[in-house]
Amino acid sequence: MTAPQTTQPLAGDARRRARQRRRDRAFSVLCSLATAFGLVVLATLVIDVVYDGAHRLSWEFLTSFPSRRPERAGILSALVGSIWLMMTTAVIAFPIGVGTAIYLEEYARPGRLQQLIEVNIANLAGVPSIIYGLLGLQIFVRVLSPLTGGRTVLAGSLTMALLVMPIVIIASREAFKAVPDTLRQGGLALGASRWQVVSRIVLPAALPGVLTGTILALARAVGETAPLIMIGALTYIAFLPEVSLDGLRTPFTVLPIQIFNWVSRPQAGFHVNAAAATLVLLGFLLLMNTAAIILRNRYQGHRES
Amino acid sequence: MITAATPRARLHRAPRSQVAHHLREQAIHGLLFACSSVSILTTAGIIGVLVFETVAFLRTVPLWDFLTDTQWTPLFADKHFGVAVLASATILTSGIALLVALPIGLLTAVFLSEIAPNRARRLLKPALEILAGIPTVVYGYFALLFVTPLLRSVFPEIAGLNGLSAGLVMGVMIIPLVASLSEDALYAVPQSLRDGAYALGASRAQVTTRVVLPAALSGIVASFILAVSRAIGETMVVAIAAGQSPRLTLNPLVPIETMTAYIVQVSLGDTPAGTLEYQTIFAVGMSLFLMTLVLNVASHRLVQRFRQQYE
Repeated sequence: MTAPQTTQPLAGDARRRARQRRRDRAFSVLCSLATAFGLVVLATLVIDVVYDGAHRLSWEFLTSFPSRRPERAGILSALVGSIWLMMTTAVIAFPIGVGTAIYLEEYARPGRLQQLIEVNIANLAGVPSIIYGLLGLQIFVRVLSPLTGGRTVLAGSLTMALLVMPIVIIASREAFKAVPDTLRQGGLALGASRWQVVSRIVLPAALPGVLTGTILALARAVGETAPLIMIGALTYIAFLPEVSLDGLRTPFTVLPIQIFNWVSRPQAGFHVNAAAATLVLLGFLLLMNTAAIILRNRYQGHRES
Repeated sequence: MITAATPRARLHRAPRSQVAHHLREQAIHGLLFACSSVSILTTAGIIGVLVFETVAFLRTVPLWDFLTDTQWTPLFADKHFGVAVLASATILTSGIALLVALPIGLLTAVFLSEIAPNRARRLLKPALEILAGIPTVVYGYFALLFVTPLLRSVFPEIAGLNGLSAGLVMGVMIIPLVASLSEDALYAVPQSLRDGAYALGASRAQVTTRVVLPAALSGIVASFILAVSRAIGETMVVAIAAGQSPRLTLNPLVPIETMTAYIVQVSLGDTPAGTLEYQTIFAVGMSLFLMTLVLNVASHRLVQRFRQQYE
């Protein structure tokens, strides 16, 4: 009752295993093709934009104001507007966002209120950006127009600050969570007050993580278009904003809006401009992301050592 | 003399500085609480603004008409406000996007979590993050000037503005969202479950499809729901590539207008506050907000449940 009876199932086993192996390989190929698909589209997109717009990039393009004639038009006011908007958004969103994260991580006692704030932030992160545009239009452009001056940089950056705040808060909380509790306990044991512990021990330790999150949030703000269309960022701006409080209350434009405007026109010349402006925008975002990655890597290296 | 004076002075000073100290701590506590209340105020502001203008709108246009009318012509003399027209375009473009994003996103997640060696994973994840970081206006450009001409070689009758191209590109845009959230869910499945299945002689495909995917199901569904919410709220791709022609249709080859594209169209013109036209964008925004809110809450709940399962 041995040899034939045991080899029979073994042969079937081998066949089944071969079939399994084939299926396994097909499955792996399918999954890797799916992964490749996204990357191929990404490459196509970048190549398409470079092909369409790279030849249009020049110093003149960067330093000219918009124009009716595509070959004369440039992105100076849009580029400066984007940088201006990014900085003012950072000034508003950073302290409030980090303050919220500190409150939730270091101060709030677990309870109804803390839970409400947390659920609320999670939901805000999922609200479509155009809804923030409606909020900004009604509150910052209309109701608070004596303060903001209407469709201005200030109205735009207030709206953008609210939009990116959840990202800053969520990233900062992660950074605070990563600070070991022993550091806090050590500080408290030495007689430091809660704020002293937070400001001199926790915040410095978490700062790289906080900054990384903030940079990524600002990158999001720089690429955002819809809410600023709602706010009424103009496309034809032939002056640069003053770097002053009054400068905050001037009309503005940003790169994505300029791109949207050029893409929507029928003339091919403007499409070329849109591609070239897209390259500038992508370059700008690449810089910000690189900064964030360097910061993150340095931080991780720090923690391991 | 000196030794006697110092302790007294110290005793005198100590409580005062403690009071100041305490006050400062209280003030900082208050300030931080004020910071976190900004997020509550934001939600309150969004709901307040939307409700206020929507109520004003519904005073002129009955809710029943808004929901059941089959025409959307707020800018014409003969005004009709059937939000279903805009919703049909939103459903069409989102549907196409999800047909692309859900399967490809999930397979990508499986590849990253179950198949790819660590090294490939470390390279691929940032690459997908780049895909997620490209501004939506750039995807709009790509849809209008690259994908639509490409589609014309397959469907010669396709219009320059259409739902198909916008939907497809939007789908690619959402792949990273589905991939990264589903991957988190797959990655969280305990290794012991996989080991057990392998020990029973299962192949990798079997382990993945019959053990890991079911175990991670609620997390995966949560990522799908978020993808739906994201597609519904997406604005620039559809505003650029799908058109501004409100039309009750599910034909992907003709120009249409989604809810978000309508809001953009109206705000591009200088619409005075208080007019019916101004109110319509808030009514449409309200519908959009409610749809995404329900989806986001559902997704959040699923993730919470999933966490409890494995922690």
